[in-house]
Parts: sequence; structure tokens; C-alpha cells
Amino acid sequence: MALDDVSLEVSRGQCVALVGESGAGKTTLLRCFNRMIVPAEGTVAVDDRDVASEQVVELRRRIGYVPQHGGLLPHWTVLRNVALVPELRQQSDTGAAARYALEQVGLPAADFGSRYPGELSGGQRQRVALARAIAARQTVLLMDEPFGSLDAISRADLQTLCASLRRELGVTTLLVTHDLLEADLLADEIVVMRAGRVEQRGTLEMLMSAPATVYVASLLKRARVGGRRDEDAW
Amino acid sequence: MVRAFDFAQGKRLWIAMVVALLLTTGATAQDRVPIVVASKPFGESYLLAEMFAQLLEARGIAVNRMQGLGSTEIVFSALRSGSVDVYPEYTGTGLIAVLHDTLPPDDLADSRKVFAHVSGAFASRYGVRWLPPLGFENTFAIAVKEETAAQYRLRTLSDLARESARLNAGFTADFIDRSDGLAGLARVYGIRLATVKPLLPALKYEALASGAVDVIDAFSTDGLLERYRLVVLDDDRHFFPPYEGAALLGPRASGRADVVAALTLLSGRLGEPAMRSLNRRIEVDSEDVSAVAASMLKSLALTAGQAPSTARTHGSGADGIGSYMWARRATLVRLTLRHLWLVALALAIATLVAVPLGLALERARSIAGPALAGLGVLQTIPSIALLAFMVPLLGIGAAPALVALWLYALFPIARGTYTGVRDADPGAVEAAEALGMTTGQRLLKVRLPLAAPVIMAGIRTAAVITVGATTLAAFIGAGGLGEPIVTGLAIADTRMVLSGALPAAALALVVDAALGIVERRVRPAHLR
Repeated sequence: MALDDVSLEVSRGQCVALVGESGAGKTTLLRCFNRMIVPAEGTVAVDDRDVASEQVVELRRRIGYVPQHGGLLPHWTVLRNVALVPELRQQSDTGAAARYALEQVGLPAADFGSRYPGELSGGQRQRVALARAIAARQTVLLMDEPFGSLDAISRADLQTLCASLRRELGVTTLLVTHDLLEADLLADEIVVMRAGRVEQRGTLEMLMSAPATVYVASLLKRARVGGRRDEDAW
Repeated sequence: MVRAFDFAQGKRLWIAMVVALLLTTGATAQDRVPIVVASKPFGESYLLAEMFAQLLEARGIAVNRMQGLGSTEIVFSALRSGSVDVYPEYTGTGLIAVLHDTLPPDDLADSRKVFAHVSGAFASRYGVRWLPPLGFENTFAIAVKEETAAQYRLRTLSDLARESARLNAGFTADFIDRSDGLAGLARVYGIRLATVKPLLPALKYEALASGAVDVIDAFSTDGLLERYRLVVLDDDRHFFPPYEGAALLGPRASGRADVVAALTLLSGRLGEPAMRSLNRRIEVDSEDVSAVAASMLKSLALTAGQAPSTARTHGSGADGIGSYMWARRATLVRLTLRHLWLVALALAIATLVAVPLGLALERARSIAGPALAGLGVLQTIPSIALLAFMVPLLGIGAAPALVALWLYALFPIARGTYTGVRDADPGAVEAAEALGMTTGQRLLKVRLPLAAPVIMAGIRTAAVITVGATTLAAFIGAGGLGEPIVTGLAIADTRMVLSGALPAAALALVVDAALGIVERRVRPAHLR
């Protein structure tokens, strides 16, 4: 999937949501920031440093990452999963950091630390993935459809948790989602993408009051924003 | 005091030994290397090889027996490569199977001309020497029951052609297929039988005796011809080439005057009636091969020692398989350990190569398909053929067997590693990368542990295949539990076959179970 002449800046502590259809280039853009994808042209910088100039593993170890299905290591316990990045960074307090992160996502280590991911519900797994992404006090968080495969109730819980955690941690966040309402709930700004390009950037109110393109207007219409809250926006 | 004396003595002894060794190396080291006597896997070949071996031993020549090597192809390659020094061969086989040659019909009818042609060609082409024939021919024979011969007035193959439309034949698949078999009979004699059934060699005599068929193919020295009192029809047009038995000597044995002299003593001494009765003692009366060989050499006055007075029998049927195996337990334990050693070594080396190979293929997926397909093709080569391919390259014994078994074991392990690592939870592997694990960490901490059960399943499959294939390694002289199987098949001794086959089957189960335990132990924690 190609990106075409995209420029995106996220201020420190801000959360930006990338929305659009499948194939719009949201995930591709997200993955440029932890160098899982290297763009053919242009530059990507995190914390004002060009990602290409940095050791790739060092870069990734300071960027949290939550994929759609959690991506937990199935053969490791919950605690060990959460301790992964502190361990990779050879922190001295890996166990404590992991336990604290688990506490933050509402899964006390005493109850959940020694379980395996396969023994958890989908919502619990995403909480663990979130804990893993913040356990090393990462300054940047990349979330790729983090709640996309959850049932409605778990999803709402996770959204609430995520919103409060973000306020608490002030971590710079890039969120990929299909769901405009989720974007509105979690993000400071929304970036609408289509076919590898940015269509419009702004708050949901701005998008609604002045859709920049016909596509943005149709996107808002289909999501029935302002009406009944729709679980399945797409 | 004593110590000093010992030391000086020891030192002097050392020097003396080294000097003696240096002086004698050139002259006699050659003579000390045992002569390797081999045979093909059928009774008569065992018997002749055993007679060669005893004859040499009686003259103080050291001998290594390498009995029951797979086929003409294998044993002849081994002779050329120097792994084998002597084995009994037949002139007709030399002409057709080795030289792929033929002669004008008149020459073909004359066994002396055939011998001259074959021995000349072998000497010039391979540097291999035929000693003068032993005195018998073991050609293809067409046999009928006495009653049938009388009823249809059959004496020659021409007679058979006259009556063939009324007779049913049971031939071995080999005879039906070869150009010097059924097709040639039809061409030369015009024999057109009412029906031709393919029969296993072991069954054809029974089929004839029971009247299921009227005509069978046989070898002219088969012991069973006597037992069933069959009539061998005369090849009046000399269609079958002569198959004269003789000792075939490789370069090293040809150069040993004492070996040539000893073995030549047998030339012309073994007539067809004698061979038929010797074969009968082995195939029908189940006498021990070495005892039969010893008594024959004694009766030919070629050995001085006394022949064993009581013919030890190897398959009287009086004892059960259990007591038979118990009586041979020391041998069977040795063979089992040898078998296990071959399997373990082949498997260990295969694992050391195939796991990294599978990992490499996973990183180069574009060539993984063709590469695994190539290894898969190796699997489709029958193990006996793969073993035979190794002989011209590596001779006989453990080395070529290990290489063949190793090649056989590669595919399941490489494929298990490749698919196991490729399919290991892609989401987890991707997340591990995105969170900053290095390639090596992902491999060692994530992908290999997750793939371990699939890799172990591949190793388990390979192990069971290898235990089975190793029984065939006896055909190229590697030993193991195939030894009693090959020998037992050759001399029609079911108990001997079982004494190898049963432990081999048990070994496969034990190895599978043991690796099953290992598999459970390497299974990732969340799957236990």
C-alpha cells in the first residue's frame, strides 16, 4: 500500500486518530513511525529525531505498540509479556514495572500475572497488550485497531480505560481506527485518509461543520455521527 | 628398581616394535588386511561365499564376511571400489546385468565361449578377475511336475511350445519382465501359454504342487526342484545363456597369490547335483550354512579339520520364535545396539543440518518450495535404491548407509522446521519485532519455541522412517537388525527374519514413544 505525499505531525502528548476505509494507508502510515515500514521517499521523525538515523531496535523499544489482536507471546505468562520491553531495555526494575503497568490496566499481577494469554478473554488480552505498550514508560504509542475485534461491552470498557490512561500518562499517540466515534472519544484530532492521501485533518466538529471533500461528507453520513451511536460504523 | 627396569624394557620394546613395523610394512601389511568375502542375498550365494571364506581361513588367510549384499549392482560396485574382494557370481549375470552385452546364438550356447568373453571383458574393463568356473550352472529353468511331463510328453522347451496353449504358468515378476525371460521364450520357441500368473518366488513351488499352475520358472540348482521332484525342461535351442558359477576377484584379491591359489581349488569341483543337494540342505532341511559349507569342503578334502558331525539346524520349527530369539539374545542385543547407533547418528546429523536449513529456507521463501520439493523427491527414491547409489561413491559398510539414511531423514525435519517457524503465531512474531526484539531474539525466544512441537514431530517422523530404512542397510553391509532379515529371507528361514523384524518394529515404537516424551517436554508452556 502506497502513501502519496502525506505530511502528518503529532505534537507531544497529543493523540491523533487515522480513519478511513481499509486500504486507505492508515496502517502503512502508522508503521512508518516504528520503522516496520521504510518509506521510499521523505523522512519520518520521532521526538525530533529522524528514525532512519537511529538503531532500529532502540527506536522500537521506546515506542509502544498495540496491534488489533494483541500480539501477545502465547508461550509467555502475562507478567513476562508485559515485562518484555523493560527487559529488552535492561531496566533494573522489570518485574515492578510490569506489575505496575498491569495494575494500571486493571489486571492485578497477583491474579493475572502467571496466566497465559490463551486463558484470558479478548478484552483482557488487549489490556495486557496495552500494559506491555506502556510498561517501559514509552513516550510514543502506536495503536492499530486496538479494539477492532472486541465485543461492544469490552470495547466500550477499553475505550474508557484508554482515554483515562492517556490523560494520566500524556503519551503521544497515533491511533488507527475504522470508528469515527472511537476516534472522537480518544483523539484530539482526526485525520481522514483515502487512497494513500490525507483528505482532511481536524476535530470531529470541524469535519462535520466543513467537510473538505465529498468523501469526508459521505464518511460522516455513513457513520451517522450525531445520531444514534453505532457500534458498527463501517 | 623394578620401575626403572620396566621403563627401560618398555622403551626398548617400543623401538624394536617400530623398527619391526618399518621393516615389515612394505612387505606384509598388505597380507594382514583381511580378505572381504561377500555374497548376494540368496541361499546359494551365502553358501558359496561361506565355502570361499572357510577355504581361505583354513590356509591362514584372515577373512571378513560381508554376506547378503543387496544386489548385483551393489556387490559388484563394492568389488570395483575395493570394499569387497571376493564374491560368487554367474557368467550369464555378468554378461547381461553387468556388461549389458549379448553374443551370437552359437557362442551363447557354448559356456566356454561365454566365460572367455565375460572374463576377458571384465579384466579389461574393470580389472576384475574371474577364477575358472566352479563346475555348475545355475540358469533359468522351466519346470513341470512329473505327472504333467508324462501326460503331455514334455522333455524340452520345444515340447512345451507344442502344448503351451493348454497349460497355465506361474512365473516370478522378474521372469515375466526380463527380455531374457518370458518374452524371449515366446520369440525363440513360440511358447504361448494359456494364462501367466505373477507369483512370489517363495510361493511358486507350492502353487505348482497344488496344481494351481502347470509350469513355473526356477533356477536350475534350486533345492526345491528335488524336494518336489520336478522335471526341468531341456533348453534345446539354447535360449538361456549359461550361468556358470565362479569366484569373482577384485584387484586386491587378484594380486594375492595365496588367495587365488586357495580359491582355485574349488574350480570344477561343484557339479549341479551337488549344488542342488547342498541348496536343498539349506532351503528345505534348514541346516546351518556354515555347517553345510564345512561338510562339503571336508568331503572334497579341501579342509583338514573335521566337519561338524551334527548338522546344526536353524529352522527346525520345533522351538518357538521366543526361545529362538532367547538363544540368540547376545547377537540380537548387539545388532539392536548397532541399529540404534546407526539411527541415532544419522538422525543427529540430519537434525543438525535440517533445522538450520529449514530456518534458512524460511528466510528465503522463494526458493523454499523448490528446495523442499527436491528433498521430497529424495524421499520417493526407494531406500534400497538410495543405498545402492551410495556404493560406487562410498563403498559398503556404515559410511554409505549413514549418508543414505541421513539424506532420507532431512526432508521431514527441514519441512517441520520450515512450516513450524513460518506458521508460528504471525501476530506474536510481528509484535515482538515492533516492540524491539532483534532478529536473533525473535528466533530463539519466540519462533523456535513456538515451532518446537512441529519440528519435533518432523524429527519423530524421520526417526521412525530411519529405524525402518536402517533394516535395509544390511544390504550394503552396514549391519543392524536388517542382518537376520536379509539372511533369513535368503535361506528361507522365517524365524531368522522375525528375529530381526520383531526387534526392529519394537525399536520403532520405543523410539517414537521416547521422542514423544521429548516432544511433550519441548512443547511451549501454554500448550502443556
